[in-house]
Amino acid sequence: MAEIVFAAAAGLAVLGLLLSAVRFARGPWAIDRTVALDVMTIIATSLIVAFAVFSGRRIYVDVGMVYGLVGFAGVVAIARYLEGGL
Amino acid sequence: MNEIVGAFVSLAGSLFFLLSAVGLLRMPDAFNRMQAGTKATTLGSILFLLGIGIMKPDWLGRMVILIVFIVLTNPVSSNALARAAHAHRKRIGARLEPDALAAEDGGKEAGHAG
Repeated sequence: MAEIVFAAAAGLAVLGLLLSAVRFARGPWAIDRTVALDVMTIIATSLIVAFAVFSGRRIYVDVGMVYGLVGFAGVVAIARYLEGGL
Repeated sequence: MNEIVGAFVSLAGSLFFLLSAVGLLRMPDAFNRMQAGTKATTLGSILFLLGIGIMKPDWLGRMVILIVFIVLTNPVSSNALARAAHAHRKRIGARLEPDALAAEDGGKEAGHAG
């Protein structure tokens, strides 16, 4: 029961990732694509931790943490570039 | 018992993920998309990771570290994105009626292509 509910939660997160990928592909300006990239980074961090639960290996939690750090740095760098301050 | 409670908390979190993605698709301009995209994913990831921490109590410390990290960094990236969108506000066609930041900056726009 718990496995089925958690698999449904991961499936909904994957659906959210795909919908924000649609905005990433369609978004008329670079700002919209960067916002979609931010959302995709957060959802992907949570999905990597969910993959750690599915595989039962704790090391993937650290992988998710590092992915969140790198994604945050990337989004802030792109946003500062678009603002014109970099 | 722990497992099923944690799974339902994670399900609530992923529902917020899905809602933020739907808001990202349906909102009219970049500021509204930012509003839908950053707040809802913060709450969604808090609930999702807390649910995993309830499911596996020996992972709870790492989940709390991740939650604190996301709560600290997500408003920072949201602020940087909002300033970037404000620098291109004419081009993206956003309506900003009381615009305090433009009055502060003297109304300059970023020059390069967006």
